[in-house]
Amino acid sequence: MKRCMALTGVVIRELYRRKDFYVLFVLTALITLLLASIQFFEDLRMVRYLREVTLLLIWISALVIAVVTAARQIPAERESRTIFPLLAKPVSRGEVVMGKFLGVWLATGLALAVFYGFYLLVGTFQGAPSSWLLGFQAFWLHWMMLAVVVSMAILGSLLFSAPSVNSTLCFIVVTGILLLAGHLNIIAGSMPGLWGALLYGLYFALPHLELFDVRDLLIHEHPPVAWGAFAVAGLYAAVYTTLFLIAAWWLFRKKPLST
Amino acid sequence: MWGVEPILRIEHLRVEYPPNRRGELPKVAVKDLSLRVYPGEVFGFLGPNGAGKTTTMNVLLGFVHPTGGEAFLFGVNVKEPIARQRIGYLPEMTYYYRFLTAEEILRFYARLFGLSSVEADRRIQRLLKLVELDHACRRPLKHYSKGMQQRVGLAQALINDPDLLILDEPTSGLDPLGRMKVREIIQRLKNEGKTVFFSSHELGEVETVCDRVAIVHQGELKVEGRVEELVRSHQANLEQVFLRIIGYPTSLAA
Repeated sequence: MKRCMALTGVVIRELYRRKDFYVLFVLTALITLLLASIQFFEDLRMVRYLREVTLLLIWISALVIAVVTAARQIPAERESRTIFPLLAKPVSRGEVVMGKFLGVWLATGLALAVFYGFYLLVGTFQGAPSSWLLGFQAFWLHWMMLAVVVSMAILGSLLFSAPSVNSTLCFIVVTGILLLAGHLNIIAGSMPGLWGALLYGLYFALPHLELFDVRDLLIHEHPPVAWGAFAVAGLYAAVYTTLFLIAAWWLFRKKPLST
Repeated sequence: MWGVEPILRIEHLRVEYPPNRRGELPKVAVKDLSLRVYPGEVFGFLGPNGAGKTTTMNVLLGFVHPTGGEAFLFGVNVKEPIARQRIGYLPEMTYYYRFLTAEEILRFYARLFGLSSVEADRRIQRLLKLVELDHACRRPLKHYSKGMQQRVGLAQALINDPDLLILDEPTSGLDPLGRMKVREIIQRLKNEGKTVFFSSHELGEVETVCDRVAIVHQGELKVEGRVEELVRSHQANLEQVFLRIIGYPTSLAA
């Protein structure tokens, strides 16, 4: 674990020393602050619309940070050849995968905490407070969803050596799941035969990332999510994350690395 | 060296690389290589380009998995990461995180070896002084010259006070002063009883510092022995011995 944490530290250090991460982070924080602070004649619909835009922006930024950062971790190590002095130490490839995952996930979580913090603070100061409990739940579920996305991108980085290809595919898959996965069973039900069965299979195999999206509850001031459902969602994310990380470790341990 | 356990042991090593195109045969980089290196030796691993030296080192460091045979460091199979607990590795080129400072890199590697913060601090200060980088230890590596980066490489290879040092062409690309410093460090490590396993094309240098050498060619071990014995039995210097063994007519070399 000590070695994993050492690797995690390097990932986080690299992130806060990279300019592109800073730009995206500061930009999102500023826009969140700006959007959430505008009031339109106390028009509730307008306030809700702005909340929706703000949360969408948080989702997009967090997704970009998570995917782009995770996708480049192992390919960048190979390209800059820093992987060689690293693996010449008593570090297993499993620890490298785990360390990279934890580094990206923790850094993304930190950024996410700041975004949600701004959102909730500004709402409170403007006299239209959201539930802090629901806000925490939204942040936590979002972060759990990003664990699945980060592990998926790390797995992808071992299948596709170009980070740009991996990032693009990850964005397509994640957006596809968020928009369509919840409706696959309905489409499958309307299709007879093999295609229907295949779609059902896909429906059950895919990680349902849309389940972690509680933006509507936050915008329309619903009561917090039941703790039982909240815990099950966390467990669900942990299972998929573990599966993706095991697959990444399996691929990485077989990969020859020639100097 | 009878009765002494080898620090590095390679048994019938074979490494094949998959073919680039369909229909081609796999490329055999190392064929049935067996080698032993004993404690306190400076061992030169020689061969022309493409002979299989780097592939053998890659197996020892766990970068490449052997197709056949096995390799052991301190009696532990190199497939186990713990086999690398007591080794230091200096790659041919400097490959380090450019956004970190020399101090941060050394601290990171010290943590990978499980050193306590107090012990890590002590070693970092000592090594930075040894490689004469104590004045620049808080600058990111991207601002370092090539020579300075090489010195960081040497410091990181020594951070765990290794019993075996694996050096891949340590003097390649260095100026005469840099080469002399590396030679001095190898000599000092030898005096401290450390084992050094290194590949080099600088045969004069090998003749000066090595106790034993192995010469590989086309993936096969051609000869292995004490430097003075090889030189005496062939009645030639190491360079001429090397050229004869790899089948290059020495009359042409002269």
